[in-house]
Amino acid sequence: MTDKYDAIVVGAGHNGLVCSALLAKAGKNVLVLEANDQVGGAAVTREFADGYSVSACAHLLYQLQPEVRKELRLSPKLATEDMTTIALAEDGQHLRIKGDKVKGVSDDDARQYRRFRKRMTRFADLLRTYFNKPPPRLGTKNFKDLLTLAQLGFDIRRLGKEEMQEFLRLIGMNIHDEVTERFDSPLLKGAISLDAVLGTHLGPRSPNTIMTYLYRQAGDHGRASAPQGGMGAISDELAQAARAAGVTIRTSMPVKRIVVDNGRVSGVETESGETFSSYTVISNADPKRTVMNLVGAKHVETGFGRRIHHLRARGNAAKLHLALDGLPSIKGLDKKDFGQRIVIAGDEHYVERAFNPAKYGEFSPHPVVEMTFPSFRDESLAPTGKHVMSAVVQYAPYGLKEGWDDAAKEAFKQAVITTIARYAPDIEQRITASELLTPADIESEFHITGGHWHHAELTLDQFLFVRPVNGAAQYKLPIDGLFLCGAGAHPGGGVSGAAGRNAARTILRREKAL
Amino acid sequence: MKHEPVHQGRLKSPFYSRLERLDTVNEWHQWKGYSSADQLYCSDTEYFAIRNATGVFDLTPMTKYRITGPDALDYLNRLVTRDMAKIRPGRVAYAVWCDDNGQVIDDGTIFHLREGEYRLCSQERHFAWLKAAAIGFDVTITHETDDVAALAVQGPTSYSVLSKMNLEGLEELKPFGLMHFDFQGSELMISRTGFTGDLGYELWIDPDKAEALWDALFEAGELHGIRAIGTTALEMARIEAGYLAAYEEFLPADETVRTGVSRSPLELGLDWLVDFKKPNFNGRRALAEEKRNGSTWRLVKLDIEGNKEAHHSYIFSNAKARGGNIGFVTSAVWSPVCKQNIALGTVKTPHGKPGDTVWVEIYYQREMHWNRKMAKATVVDKPFWFPPRRGATPPGPY
Repeated sequence: MTDKYDAIVVGAGHNGLVCSALLAKAGKNVLVLEANDQVGGAAVTREFADGYSVSACAHLLYQLQPEVRKELRLSPKLATEDMTTIALAEDGQHLRIKGDKVKGVSDDDARQYRRFRKRMTRFADLLRTYFNKPPPRLGTKNFKDLLTLAQLGFDIRRLGKEEMQEFLRLIGMNIHDEVTERFDSPLLKGAISLDAVLGTHLGPRSPNTIMTYLYRQAGDHGRASAPQGGMGAISDELAQAARAAGVTIRTSMPVKRIVVDNGRVSGVETESGETFSSYTVISNADPKRTVMNLVGAKHVETGFGRRIHHLRARGNAAKLHLALDGLPSIKGLDKKDFGQRIVIAGDEHYVERAFNPAKYGEFSPHPVVEMTFPSFRDESLAPTGKHVMSAVVQYAPYGLKEGWDDAAKEAFKQAVITTIARYAPDIEQRITASELLTPADIESEFHITGGHWHHAELTLDQFLFVRPVNGAAQYKLPIDGLFLCGAGAHPGGGVSGAAGRNAARTILRREKAL
Repeated sequence: MKHEPVHQGRLKSPFYSRLERLDTVNEWHQWKGYSSADQLYCSDTEYFAIRNATGVFDLTPMTKYRITGPDALDYLNRLVTRDMAKIRPGRVAYAVWCDDNGQVIDDGTIFHLREGEYRLCSQERHFAWLKAAAIGFDVTITHETDDVAALAVQGPTSYSVLSKMNLEGLEELKPFGLMHFDFQGSELMISRTGFTGDLGYELWIDPDKAEALWDALFEAGELHGIRAIGTTALEMARIEAGYLAAYEEFLPADETVRTGVSRSPLELGLDWLVDFKKPNFNGRRALAEEKRNGSTWRLVKLDIEGNKEAHHSYIFSNAKARGGNIGFVTSAVWSPVCKQNIALGTVKTPHGKPGDTVWVEIYYQREMHWNRKMAKATVVDKPFWFPPRRGATPPGPY
């Protein structure tokens, strides 16, 4: 039996859901096929220990785009909004950072931070305007592309001479040089460095980490929130919006291949052998999986296949989930602080040193940590009086030299817990259950090649006009009817919905043009 | 740890000892690391051996890749523009391969040695591209240039020579066919292929048996005018046959720096090699677009008046050179066998249709002084040299 649809979306990640909902709202008959038994991709809430639930991969909401909220009429319930970042100090003299204010540093540093944030916010806003439109093609005479390019040039110029020079100077630079030039406080330098490298295979001294910092700010000026019910609540709301618009969503339906007939897409075939036909297939999967596994190399040309093959997407961030029988005690922290975002990034060297072993396929013995206690404001996640901790920990390279066997996972988990215990000495006694997801686990559970939450490293050579690669940067792959709508496409990862929305708009606009 | 000394200097082909013995002029050049003779005694005499008797050319430096594995056919079909499914075991295909922009990387021959086992031969090296093309395919690509010794045996008496070597069934071998024989316990592969546009064969054997094969061949050919030849003579025959050469008629696209200097197969007169019925091959999209919108360049064969060779000449649409040049000559030679002043060239469309008249600006030196001549040239359709014996099976005795 073959069902026919106007469009089929492979993968019900948040971008797939956004894309399908927008297509359906435009009158399309859309089918979404999801491999896992719940929607959301890497934005899901699931139980990891009896009675304890957590956002399994992404755990904070940074950048859900207002355009997406508006068009799909989303109003996510937030447990915590606009969190303060607390950078832990061993002596209890922690830093508190919120917006352009930082407490716990010298007046000089505080002033510098305000100036730094002002500039970064300005640059981030510039980037954000381009997040919500397909990037222009290079080397084309297409009027719209040329116009967007000219607009980009104009927008950069409009920053003013000095700021334009700063923008062009900073965009390819590393965050380490910038923070050491500006600030004295080691904790502040560490916290900013962590923000720049979270989720990437980059250290603070790697080029283009200012760009990744800006990327994080571009969503919503870096404001982080935690949805009520975890990230899965966002996905559920998106799925609801999609269904309301008429989208058919089928879970536990892993797609085996995207069928290409005579150079154009004709549908998909699932692992279970069912086929669904459509002349438009949109892949929410990462570019490598889409082209190499789902489509097959023989359907694309050599140069393009080679670029996709060499896409850099080695995940380096792991997730640690702890079930706790009570909140740990951290010197210098009030109870209410557990509702905030707490980071361990001693200083800028600490972060770089954590990255060092990752270059050689080893995990950090002293990892950097971004932790939250989502149950603190959200009782649905843990039994009364108990708590969960959700932490992004790095570096845990996807290609660990020894391989991620149980022993390696246990050793890394212990390294993280030991690191946290330096600030929260009683944490170990409080743990009743735990779960570590390495990039290898993220790959197998969420079907992301390399377990990289951006699908493809967020670097200038894989950004904007060339994201994920030249020849596929406008959501359209070089096979008629095949599109990308996930984090691997412009602008990148994070629960923003921008890629899904841009993809839907690209598809609808093409139809209009035909 | 002991290291093998790194080989420095030019490689010597397994036939070198025999070539060296015949060599009287010591004129060699380098071809992909090997010493290759320009000529061994006199390129004109060698040329006439090709056209009137048998010329033997050492093909060993020719780049050879072995392509095997379950996906070999799919792989080749994606690589080259023609349909390789039609090339059965025992057949050879002339093929051209392009980058994603439909620009020619190289041309060459693909030998379907046995079911699913192929050899690709080309003038240039392409391992990086072939490996990139193998991503996602279950194929093994082995560079075997040094592991296979090869000779081109070309000319009207070539069949008569080989028929004396006890090669049973050779008379049945059709153009672009290949057969396997036993030669002193080693496998000798013979294909009816070549670069001269005449009756001719190519012999492929284990390097250990190279000298023995040479000796047997020259013994068999003694009464049939067999001669070793160098590249200069072969080049004359190549132009007469209208064959393309990399770095002459086109630049390998992956070697070019500027846009617009490479060529598509359509621009090289190879439309017949581009099979748009195949759903995907490298360059298909770009070539389909080029076919819709028209090509920029066209390869032309020119029959030029007079006898001054038109090397590197500009081509014009009129004798007064008004409107600027429309292209240039890529290869030129006075053809002794055709008694024609011939050339291959590249001109901008719509110029250069068969039958068109164009003008070639020839500069030549006479006693140090330079002279310029605008020579009238006719664009011809067929190769300059295309004797019926080339295709006759069984070949006639000469």
